[in-house]
Amino acid sequence: MRNLRNIEVNMEVGMNKNPDTIAAIATPPGIGAIGVIRLSGNQAAFLADSVFKGKKAVKSSKGYSILFGKFKDGKEILDEVLVSVFKNPHSYTGEDCVEFSFHGSPYILQRALEILIEKGARLAEPGEFTRRAFLNGKLDLSQAEGVADLIVSESKTSHDIALNQMKGGFSTEIKKLREKLIEFAALIELELDFGEEDVEFANREDLKKTVKKINTVIHELKASFKLGNVIKNGIQTVIAGRPNAGKSTLLNALLKEERAIVSPIPGTTRDTIEEILHVNGVAFRLIDTAGIREATDTIEAIGIQKTYDEIKKSSVLIYLYDATTMTQDEVNADLAKLVHPDLQLIILANKRDEVEKMYDNLRKFVEDAIPANHLYISAKQPNYIHQLTDQLYLKAIGNDLQDQQIIVANVRHYEALLQAGKSLDKVLTGLETGITGDLLAMDIRQSLFALGTITGEVDVEDLLDYIFSKFCIGK
Amino acid sequence: MLGEYDIIVVGAGHAGCEAAAAAANLGSKVLLITMDMQRIGQMSCNPAMGGVAKGQIVREIDAIGGYSGIISDKTMIQFRMLNRSKGPAMWSPRAQNDRWRFAEEWRLMLEQTPNVDFWQDMVSGLLIEGNKVKGIRTGMGIEVKAKAVVLTNGTFLNGLIHIGEKKFGGGRMAESAAKGITEQLVEIGFDSGRMKTGTPPRVDARSLNYELMEEQLGDEEITGFSFLDIEKIKPEQQRSCHITYTNEEVHDILRTGFDQSPMFTGRIQGLGPRYCPSIEDKITRFTDKDRHQLFVEPEGWNTVEVYINGFSSSLPEDVQLKALRKIQGFENLKMFRPGYAIEYDYFPPTQLSHTLETKLVENLYFAGQINGTTGYEEAACQGLMAGINAHLKNHGLDQMVLSRSEAYIGVLIDDLITKGTEEPYRMFTSRAEYRILLRQDNADIRLTPKFHEIGLASAERYENVKEKLSLSKKILDFINNYSVEPALVNEYLAENGSAELNQKVKLSTLVPRPNVSLQKFICQIPDVQSFIASLDSKRTIEALEQVEIQLKYSGYIEREKENAEKIGRLEDFKIKDDLDYHLIPSLSMEARQKLSKIKPSTLGQAARISGVSPADISVLMVFLGR
Repeated sequence: MRNLRNIEVNMEVGMNKNPDTIAAIATPPGIGAIGVIRLSGNQAAFLADSVFKGKKAVKSSKGYSILFGKFKDGKEILDEVLVSVFKNPHSYTGEDCVEFSFHGSPYILQRALEILIEKGARLAEPGEFTRRAFLNGKLDLSQAEGVADLIVSESKTSHDIALNQMKGGFSTEIKKLREKLIEFAALIELELDFGEEDVEFANREDLKKTVKKINTVIHELKASFKLGNVIKNGIQTVIAGRPNAGKSTLLNALLKEERAIVSPIPGTTRDTIEEILHVNGVAFRLIDTAGIREATDTIEAIGIQKTYDEIKKSSVLIYLYDATTMTQDEVNADLAKLVHPDLQLIILANKRDEVEKMYDNLRKFVEDAIPANHLYISAKQPNYIHQLTDQLYLKAIGNDLQDQQIIVANVRHYEALLQAGKSLDKVLTGLETGITGDLLAMDIRQSLFALGTITGEVDVEDLLDYIFSKFCIGK
Repeated sequence: MLGEYDIIVVGAGHAGCEAAAAAANLGSKVLLITMDMQRIGQMSCNPAMGGVAKGQIVREIDAIGGYSGIISDKTMIQFRMLNRSKGPAMWSPRAQNDRWRFAEEWRLMLEQTPNVDFWQDMVSGLLIEGNKVKGIRTGMGIEVKAKAVVLTNGTFLNGLIHIGEKKFGGGRMAESAAKGITEQLVEIGFDSGRMKTGTPPRVDARSLNYELMEEQLGDEEITGFSFLDIEKIKPEQQRSCHITYTNEEVHDILRTGFDQSPMFTGRIQGLGPRYCPSIEDKITRFTDKDRHQLFVEPEGWNTVEVYINGFSSSLPEDVQLKALRKIQGFENLKMFRPGYAIEYDYFPPTQLSHTLETKLVENLYFAGQINGTTGYEEAACQGLMAGINAHLKNHGLDQMVLSRSEAYIGVLIDDLITKGTEEPYRMFTSRAEYRILLRQDNADIRLTPKFHEIGLASAERYENVKEKLSLSKKILDFINNYSVEPALVNEYLAENGSAELNQKVKLSTLVPRPNVSLQKFICQIPDVQSFIASLDSKRTIEALEQVEIQLKYSGYIEREKENAEKIGRLEDFKIKDDLDYHLIPSLSMEARQKLSKIKPSTLGQAARISGVSPADISVLMVFLGR
């Protein structure tokens, strides 16, 4: 029961009988003019038609034809797309293939991939398109080693990404979920294998409650997926500082257009302003805030309170200060009020242009005071801005990852949670209709297999360990 | 002196007896060597066969053509179908047996099996030339040649018995241990380890007050284990078991012996099974339980000896006795023999291939507790498969390996070979990923044809299966085509909380309903009744059962079949034994080491090895794929 099912799902290709239809984003990371999703397998045309609306259906189109139409997200239109149709064996993998060309937004690609998975496609395993091509005779035997290396390197990357995502609260949630599921599965197995023992069996009502609880966790996880949110909503990033530190100028520079009202009068930004900034394809939700100072009127006081509230919810804080007027003691005093443990912090010493205009002695005095970990910039000058965006990306994601892989790894987890949720729904229905434990166990196992990709595999030994540790078995 | 044999079987317990019988029935000339011919087919521990998952195994052994099912049927004193309230995959036959009759029956059946010779002696070593086994050497110094040897030594290899602070060599109480084999095998390069198991006291029924215990009756209907028509006892002849409980006072007395417990003082090194803990283990590990259930099981028709199931112990005998006498109904108890713990050698089973032949020495097979398993049923099925495979190999025929979707026996052997085991391995239904397919009712359909083909399952068995299948089809056709009048069924439907009919419907839409019994109700409808009677067959009930299960659980069964088929495709990827994993640099280091050690025979097996990732399998597939 261990990794069997995962492999069963993943490895069946090459054995030709109804292999899964697989999907993945095929274009390189970042925002490009177009982004491509590739589908391969005997359900490719069918799946494509379930989301595509054009003059002609994909199914009835010839190989090597291109169709224009709309990619639907339920009733809404996600994007206008071009569809390239390939018929087996004349495709990269040697199977029926469909390629969708979208406008190159990571959000659109992510959402499109999710939709295809909801419709029944399976996310391609690392190197799977190439492996299928190889097994279908599209690649030379001498390339076997290359194919193997590709599989390994892609697996490693996606594993690293998965691990990376597991830090912090998410991994705690996943661990709890795994424990709850093991406990639940074990309770069912207990009454099956040890029905003759003198132990107390869980009643159906309690089991229902447990399943509902687990399902809630799964739903929350699906919704709160950190990287899913990165794509959909952006990483919440607050720009804070005292009035007139240059926050709005910085925001405008980042967005390269005038959004916030920029003026030299302190307190101009009364409310928060949200903008989406894409850095290497990762979205940052930038929130410009009212300046931090003792408010002189109620409206401003509300604005400042809002700043603190936004910071509490944020992942990244960009704190900037005016290097020409602020002492480091004042900077530290501000930071002490703002930082919290989960916050990634970027400190900007702003108004470098003005410092550089100072007399040498004064300039040296000012610049020497700026600690090495502060970015020393001028928000007015674009050449400093990319230093900041690099920092942002690094802080939020880590420098060894590319955004494309993050999207994929995320969809993989999404897929796992989706499957697990579906199986648990069946368990719940089963509990309500009163089917026997052996049949319930089938769906519980499915859900354990699905979650195995995130939580680590659950072996029958895990269930037995639980049973033997909690119940006195053995007459 | 003894001539030459095709196959020598060492040990005459459940594994050895099945191995000898199967090989001989296939036509091999077999020598069965045991240290004591009075103890062939002993039930060393409790006098019962079957139980959850184990009962399914006995049914499989029987479907294949082994003897355990027949002997259990002939010697049972009580029968129960466990888990009846659960789905059909969980139904598990279990019998209490007359321990003496059971052993006697085994000996008689073996004596009547042509081609089985006996020799009473201790095997002290193997004759090995190159990497092939050529025969055995005995304690008397006799050498016997054979083409293959099956070792089924049970707990005898360097067996060490513990009772309190006493310890003495022995394979069972009052029987000496076997020495020499472990040492020789380790010398050749085998890994060996120690395991531990235990057994409870046997006591005098005349000293017990059954009035103070709960009675546990047998079933009102006895279906038994064998697919052949074996004459069994009548339900009313059955003997009862009784249930009583320990209490705090009992626990306190037991605790006084803890300082002399070989388990707690560390004198026992081997690992015991967690699902069969001693009473002292139970009270230390589950301190919040103020009582533990005990089953008082009769050991036979005519004996007064009874087995205290649940009271396995290696505490000093006087402590055991004092504690027992504080149990309700045991106040005046007389003990025949105390419980004890036993340590013995086993060989981690990852050193075997799926045929149970050792990888290191050709034509040498291991079966039973020597492989780290526990239980009569687990041992018997391994002996059966080892005997069959030794015979097939001697004749240059394809050996028999059962898959995980085909039989519990397949699950058991694959688990042993692929994962090994740290504690005595017992079968649980949860170990089978396709338990909906591995039911006790269809073991014959799953296995008999295959083993009839190699000449083990008899023509009678094969004809029975064919008849069961053709009857099932006839019944199914009838049910699919017969429309029933609402008036005939509505009363029953209403009583059983099932929606009433407004118009005639085909029976096939009614039978799948959970509360509608095919056998108990539908078959009582006059037209159905006369149709069933017209079939005029002994297999009708079995066929009806198949039809009912098919109709009620078809969705689940089909799903399991699909899953099994998908995995089956991975099993079709054969891996050659000589594949050098170290030459595939893309495999992870851990995978290379594990694969080199286990040498899986298929990609499916490789995938089940812990430490081998899906990416590794993907890589292997590329290398094997074209």
